[in-house]
Amino acid sequence: MSHDAPHAKLIYMANQIAKFMESKPHDQGLEGLASHINDFWEPRMRRHLFEVLDAGGNGLRPLVVEAATKIRRPAEAA
Amino acid sequence: MKDFIIPDRDFGTPAAKSKQMVTLNIDGFDITVPEGTSIMRAAAEIGISVPKLCATDSVDAFGSCRLCLVEIEGRNGTPASCTTPVAPGIKVHTQTGKLKQLRRGVMELYISDHPLDCLTCSANGDCELQDMAGAVGLRDVRYEAIDTHFRAKDTSGIANPNYIPRDDSNPYFSYDPQKCIVCSRCVRACEEVQGTFALTIEGRGFDSRVSFGMKSDNALASDCVSCGACVQACPTATLQEKSVIDIGTPDRSIITTCAYCGVGCSFKAEMRGDELVRMTPYKHGKANRGHSCVKGRFAYGYASHQDRILKPMIRDSINDPWQEVSWDEAMTFAANRMKGLIEKHGKKSVGVITSSRCTNEETYLVQKLTRAVFQNNNTDTCARVCHSPTGYGLGQTYGTSAGTQDFDSVEEADVIMVIGANPHSGHPVFASRMKKRLRKGAKLIVVDPRRTESVEGPHYKAAHHLALTPGTNVAVVSALAHVIVTEKLYDEAFIRERCDWDEFQDYADFISHPQHSPEALQLVTGVPAEEIRGAARLYATGGNAAIYYGLGVTEHSQGSTTVIGIANLAMLTGNIGRRGVGVNPLRGQNNVQGSCDMGSFPHELPGYRHVKGPEVRAIFEKAWGVQIDPEPGLRIPNMLDAAVEGTFKGLYCQGEDILQSDPDTKHVAAGLAAMECVIVHDLFLNETANYAHVFFPGSSFLEKDGTFTNAERRINMVRKVMAPKQGYADWEVTQMFAKAMGADWNYTHPSQIMEEIAMTTPSFAGVTYEKIETMGSVQWPCNDKAPEGTPLMHVDGFVRGKGRFINTEYVATDEKTGPRFPLLLTTGRILSQYNVGAQTRRTPNVAWHDQDVLEIHPHDAENRGIKEGSWVRLASRSGETTLRATITDKVNPGVVYTTFHHPDTQANVITTDFSDWATNCPEYKVTAVQVAPSNGPSEWQQEYNAQATLSRRIAAAE
Repeated sequence: MSHDAPHAKLIYMANQIAKFMESKPHDQGLEGLASHINDFWEPRMRRHLFEVLDAGGNGLRPLVVEAATKIRRPAEAA
Repeated sequence: MKDFIIPDRDFGTPAAKSKQMVTLNIDGFDITVPEGTSIMRAAAEIGISVPKLCATDSVDAFGSCRLCLVEIEGRNGTPASCTTPVAPGIKVHTQTGKLKQLRRGVMELYISDHPLDCLTCSANGDCELQDMAGAVGLRDVRYEAIDTHFRAKDTSGIANPNYIPRDDSNPYFSYDPQKCIVCSRCVRACEEVQGTFALTIEGRGFDSRVSFGMKSDNALASDCVSCGACVQACPTATLQEKSVIDIGTPDRSIITTCAYCGVGCSFKAEMRGDELVRMTPYKHGKANRGHSCVKGRFAYGYASHQDRILKPMIRDSINDPWQEVSWDEAMTFAANRMKGLIEKHGKKSVGVITSSRCTNEETYLVQKLTRAVFQNNNTDTCARVCHSPTGYGLGQTYGTSAGTQDFDSVEEADVIMVIGANPHSGHPVFASRMKKRLRKGAKLIVVDPRRTESVEGPHYKAAHHLALTPGTNVAVVSALAHVIVTEKLYDEAFIRERCDWDEFQDYADFISHPQHSPEALQLVTGVPAEEIRGAARLYATGGNAAIYYGLGVTEHSQGSTTVIGIANLAMLTGNIGRRGVGVNPLRGQNNVQGSCDMGSFPHELPGYRHVKGPEVRAIFEKAWGVQIDPEPGLRIPNMLDAAVEGTFKGLYCQGEDILQSDPDTKHVAAGLAAMECVIVHDLFLNETANYAHVFFPGSSFLEKDGTFTNAERRINMVRKVMAPKQGYADWEVTQMFAKAMGADWNYTHPSQIMEEIAMTTPSFAGVTYEKIETMGSVQWPCNDKAPEGTPLMHVDGFVRGKGRFINTEYVATDEKTGPRFPLLLTTGRILSQYNVGAQTRRTPNVAWHDQDVLEIHPHDAENRGIKEGSWVRLASRSGETTLRATITDKVNPGVVYTTFHHPDTQANVITTDFSDWATNCPEYKVTAVQVAPSNGPSEWQQEYNAQATLSRRIAAAE
């Protein structure tokens, strides 16, 4: 797969999680997606994700965009 | 061979399993034994050894040597005690005038056709024939043998047609027919214990000879898999380890645990001085029950291989040659670099990779190094690339990340479903135990794109082989569940009692949808719908059904989803929580289970507890006196990404070779090259060390104390049998480095590390070295609730409470075939090699497999003009490599297969960076490729080899 676009790999990974969560009832899937990212993605990855989300979430599946408010924003310092 | 070192008696015949007890009298002593016990074994239990040659307790009685005769009051004749079962009230005599005379006569005949070169014989002092001659008082041989099997020439100098010269073709043992007494213990061991049926007795009467298959075969060319069971069973020097021929007999033995696969076999390291003479499987080892494979039994020579590095080394840049330095200098150099990086780039700019080949104690210390000394959670382990989806999937559904059974459980399975695993090659000792059960009638279902050795073999054949298209596991597992649910084959009582009923109903609605039916998925999976229906019915209704699975399940974009699907299948059918059933991941490396248990993952502390939990962090904060970061740390692929980005700078990598084992080699190389301090701690200058600045030489499993945890959660002792060749056990090296970094660590023995683990980790709370010494091994959880450990999990309820059904939507991988890459590559293992081959390539195991080859279907080969053994170019969207092709219909048209044991092949140049959605476990098992004839190594292979050669230079001492 090509990762030429900024954060393309990250967007791909978030969408992979979304595809799994989409087969659950909507609320459970939403919760599941957010907690999966909170539990397994280190702050650097989440920061990159928010860069994408804050720029409009282009390329992200709707469930990821919807879960944004439930995903923990990492502290600013590295 | 007899056990002359420590009392590990041979009872002559296997133990009987009956609960019905029988009392009899032997030589005036009463003895009570289970019904079905042989008289020989009953006698042995009261310390009376009836003379014997053809009987040994690893195989069933045969009754051919006529030495173990006894007399029974009221019965005629002199029956063989090995084949005669006990009966209530009988009176047996094992030593009478008549018996003595008969036995002496038998021995006299044996000896008349046996060379009397005992003093120079390799079995001198370890020969049952010699012992029995002594035991029966043989003083004279009256027969002058005219025809013998042992004289090469007769007295007139004419060649003896009965003489067969020694067969030295196997690298590890010799077969010397002149010493053979045709007791057929070897033949029976090969059949009953190993299940290969490579040996046979050819001819009749005086012409009977042990033979490796056909007359034209030798040991190496035959079906023999070199497991060593025949050598173990042989009472004479006929089948003998070459190491014993070279060195002599050992004088002591130490019980330890094999450092190869996740079966975790117990072995006796038999020593003379500090020289290892041989490794023999330990009869009381609970994982292997006295059996072994070619790797654990024989392939230990890497530990003393000339490539092993014994001195610490450093260098400023990876373009420089290595400088050998003292341990002190190496520690100072490494610590200064790491401290510099932390100061400049922050404490999250460094991390560790723990080893699944090292002990629990060593792994624990490495993750403690990053959590307590570097103060971040940047720790990961090679389980990332193998069983991380198991951790996620079983954790979500059952509440804990581990196999549910012990290996003994397979003896009670009626249906065995093997998914994405080839135990024959990857977990051979378990495979032997499984095949034994299959020969007794258990049914086999195999889900694998290839027709592996596990699909069909001597006296077993899968009832259903679901030869699916690589990448469609979830579709197959969902289709199986669809059949079970829609045909109402599920166990409603179990589900109501043990699982969440509402969740089941949601799941049942989901899975019943026609899109999950075998018929609908047939086009995707390539498996005929009727085969899926047949397999589902067999699994659901065939009695005790057990699932064993391997990396063919996990190493996919949907690896975690498949694990969840497998867990669903077992819950649906109630196949969980008792013997003979369960969900069993077959672990790749010896201590993958342990390294996961020990908190090697960046999101969890030891015992699978997430770092976000304040109460869990508090335990370690108190024990270690530091603040624990509540944020998950970097996984291996994140470390590499961050390195390329410039935010991750330093890595301590113990006993792993990520450059060879991780996907997308070029990306790994770029990540490593971008780091400023890479410390490799290993036996050899592995591929990763090409990019290292510091090299800490490692110690082999023979050189340290500690524990390994196998795939059954069994904690087995690893014992030091010789001093570390480079001076320190690996846990000592990690401790020295931690101290150089400013930590106040003062462990003086690994048992103290285990005490700390037990103190901080509830599932290990009851584990101590004393307990393991006493019990032999213990399976976690081991705590107040289960002081003796836990052989079976989820017996009365799931660890998480109610079992949880989770929907498993099939999502096709984005790694798709097309006109440029029309074939699917999948990967696997071969019996004689292990993982990236660092160990086995440095042993005579290369006799079986000296290079990786590409398996291709005749149809695909024909289209491309590829001939058997010719060089081919294997190209994917990521890269290309070259290797030799072999043409076989084990793979379906459209599928090619290779192993990854040799660094020259660089199979991971081909694999892509697609990975499991939940854990980023790489999708090794599916890569779209093209294959074309080629003239030789690719440009990348040549460049890589040049870089590796340059990087491995060690400067001459001044």
